[in-house]
Amino acid sequence: MAEHIALVVNGERKELDVEPRRLLVQVLREDLGLTGTHVGCDTSQCGACTVLVDGDAMKSCTMLAVQADGAQVTTIEGMAAADGTLHPLQEAFRDNHGLQCGFCTPGMIMAAADLLAREADPDEAAIRHAIEGNVCRCTGYHNIVAAIRDAAGRGSPAGTSA
Amino acid sequence: MTTEVLGARVKRVEDARFITGSGRYLDDIQLPGMTHMAILRSPYAHANIRSVDVSAAKAMPGVIAVFIGADIPYNPLPMAWPAGGASGLQNNVNTPRALATDSVKWTGEGVAAVVAETAEQAVDALEAISVDWEPLPAVVDAEKATQPGAPQLHENAPSNVVFEWAVGDKPATDKAIDEGEVVIRQRLVNQRLIPNAMEVRGDIGWYNPGTDEYTIWMSSQTPHIQRLLLTAFVTGIPEHKVRCISPDVGGAFGSKIFCYADMALVMFASKAIGGRPVKWVETRRENYQSTIHGRDHVTYLEVAATRDGEVTGLRVKTYANLGGRLSTIGPGIPTTLYGRILSGPYKIPAVHCEVTGVYTNTTFVDAYRGAGRPEATYVVERAMDLVADELGIDPAEIRRRNFLPPDAFPYDNPSGLLTAVNGSKLYIDSGNYEPALDKALGMIGYGDIAARKAGAKARGKLLGVGLSTYIEVCGVAPSKWIGAVGEGWGAAMWESCNIKVHLTGKVVVTMGTQPQGQGHETTFAQIVAHELGVPMEDVLVQHSDTQGTPFGYGSYGSRTSNVGSGAAIKAAGKIREKARQYAAFMLEASADDIEVEGAEYRVKGSPDKKKTIQEIAFALDLAFETPEGMEPYLDETSYHDTDNCTFPFGTHIALVEIDEETGQVDLVRYVAVDDVGNKINPMIVDGQLHGGIAQGVGQALWEGAVYSEDGQLLTGSMLDYALPKASRLPSFELDQTVTPSPVNPLGVKGVGEAGTIASTAAVANAVIDALSPLGIRHLDMPYTPPKVWAAIQA
Repeated sequence: MAEHIALVVNGERKELDVEPRRLLVQVLREDLGLTGTHVGCDTSQCGACTVLVDGDAMKSCTMLAVQADGAQVTTIEGMAAADGTLHPLQEAFRDNHGLQCGFCTPGMIMAAADLLAREADPDEAAIRHAIEGNVCRCTGYHNIVAAIRDAAGRGSPAGTSA
Repeated sequence: MTTEVLGARVKRVEDARFITGSGRYLDDIQLPGMTHMAILRSPYAHANIRSVDVSAAKAMPGVIAVFIGADIPYNPLPMAWPAGGASGLQNNVNTPRALATDSVKWTGEGVAAVVAETAEQAVDALEAISVDWEPLPAVVDAEKATQPGAPQLHENAPSNVVFEWAVGDKPATDKAIDEGEVVIRQRLVNQRLIPNAMEVRGDIGWYNPGTDEYTIWMSSQTPHIQRLLLTAFVTGIPEHKVRCISPDVGGAFGSKIFCYADMALVMFASKAIGGRPVKWVETRRENYQSTIHGRDHVTYLEVAATRDGEVTGLRVKTYANLGGRLSTIGPGIPTTLYGRILSGPYKIPAVHCEVTGVYTNTTFVDAYRGAGRPEATYVVERAMDLVADELGIDPAEIRRRNFLPPDAFPYDNPSGLLTAVNGSKLYIDSGNYEPALDKALGMIGYGDIAARKAGAKARGKLLGVGLSTYIEVCGVAPSKWIGAVGEGWGAAMWESCNIKVHLTGKVVVTMGTQPQGQGHETTFAQIVAHELGVPMEDVLVQHSDTQGTPFGYGSYGSRTSNVGSGAAIKAAGKIREKARQYAAFMLEASADDIEVEGAEYRVKGSPDKKKTIQEIAFALDLAFETPEGMEPYLDETSYHDTDNCTFPFGTHIALVEIDEETGQVDLVRYVAVDDVGNKINPMIVDGQLHGGIAQGVGQALWEGAVYSEDGQLLTGSMLDYALPKASRLPSFELDQTVTPSPVNPLGVKGVGEAGTIASTAAVANAVIDALSPLGIRHLDMPYTPPKVWAAIQA
């Protein structure tokens, strides 16, 4: 009983048939091969699966794929420019050692992108509040916060929504 | 000359893949023809299995096979680190099987497994398996489990006792307690924790019928050890027929050291279904139930001191909960890694520690970040504060009065610290504790605390400051100690490195160590680039595959920077020596006349006569001309053992504020001065400390695995188990002292666990300090608002 859906993922139009019970994260990872979006829990606590849906940070395990019909979805794979130039958040995470094992990193970067799109120059408290739904077990958040502050200072690259 | 990279804050080479979503974790791997496995887990904490009916499950859509315990002829999993010591070997061993056969001992023990075309079909089919259970009474508390009348888990373990172990001088300690001018007694609970690596565990097993070989991808800290254990102990399959690969590992913190039932299960299943790959990835709920837990001690502490605050004796009795069956090194954690370091950085003349390891109907307990040392640090640091409180002496001053002085090293701890039963002995090799304490006190503004407490009180807040002046034993090695009969885990503890300088001058380093986020591809490239004088971008570091890397013991116990770097430096030394010999041949000089600077090999006194290592590699790898007896290629391997462990130390200080109305504890500031010796990459060292501190803070303030009396895990998901969140933590203020370790050619000590070892006690002491005006002397962790509020009201 598959349903036909069409969505734009990282700027590319995708049409596919999905079982109604399948989650957006499953379709991204398994059908579209976008394994940068991770699954870290069963209960929508960890945030490793965070993507942008129509510009808003969304835990892609909380959403059925059929609910994303017609949506614009951005995953970590869509953050760098077409020529490979990294997004300021990606650069800032690397420069500030904002990641260790890397498992929470894609979701963390997407949550931060949502924050910076809403608030160009957030202070530490605003950053810590914005990533409250994203769990990192490696960094103690210290360098993640520093990275997001740093990225805010670099501004958004021209032509990206995030 | 290339830029000096050793000791620099070099950006990590791993990050390029992780920040772009190109990391490759276990669940990202898709193989042709791959099937999916799901495991039926016990809903009971304690039950006999009368029968299992899988017939309906076998008929479910997409199901390829269903297995129960009786189908699998493998041995139970090995237990590799018995508690030994003074009381000798006496471990009543019971370990899990690939699937339980007759009975289950905790909620979550595997009973049956389904292999299906899709993961969803496998999970759906679990519902169709019917188990005829005979539920039995359960016990989850280690102390209660040893009492008469408690439910018994195993016939070979009367009173549920795994072992009774002791260390230290009992008569001297009894005398010190009996004659102490002041004696303080306190029961301390070090609660059970769930490690919570962000990536859960998983395996893919693939049996190749054509070659009769197995490949297992596993999210593991120890692929070489797992190959050894799975072949020699569990399956009987020859070791050379099995290859283990750890892809990118998304955090581990100890939980991925061990040999797990699922590893054997995917091997068995793939062969049983004719050689299609079988993938199993646990859910987070399964992770909470069937991947190891940490800590879970109940400790009776007695500490004696003079009225001047000199601690004269420490007597400790600990019940260590080891779960329903033993994990791979479960008994080693609350014994060797706990009892032997209980005196910390202090010159306590008499220490005695008794530990009873206990079976209960809970998930097995094993090494979780720090592994024994956070528990020991918590005991001795709480003891110091209890003494300070009793005597009205400042906690910083109490520590100062009891510190080992800088001239005490090498120090042989009177608790029998590091003596194996074969007489092999280790010493605390170095330390200088007061400078770190002074620096941390300065950073926190210790002199102003009284005024700040008054200011906070005016705002309805109780302010507290807590110290933890820790040491840790890390760089877990050497083999002669750790492998000693009766104390060690029956294995060596050296590390390995192979270096190849290829024809084009590019360098490939293969390590026996196994990263889980620590940045080994960066730090070992820094070391080898420095040692060979080549650009760091010309060095590639590989690891994690038993095919193509030298045998190594993996990464845990803060051992990689110490033991692994020793192997890398030795291998690089062999490369340099061979290059020097060949340079002499190329330059028609004596090898004794060749001097090496960076990448250049020059004839002394004739600086124009020189070859670079790249030129040497090109010529020697081609080997058109070689001197008599020299083998082609710049390719060298070293196996490195250390003479001693390393002993990082430092002072951590936490500042908390407690809301008197709600009992909520806020961590306001956190200062850490750590001495981890020299640093390969200070950026990475800082990161390890940040993360370690947060995990220790998590134990003090929020985390705790809770079971119901009948053995249901009440904190069974991330919804119920409170992990540290960004919004509840401050940024951390770090500084250092540097006392290079004499053990290691780089003077490094290891830093993976230091933060966690120190921080739990610092935060606990801060909370108790804040509550002490209310007459509260001790409160068990975690300091959740209801618990603190109730204590304030009492």
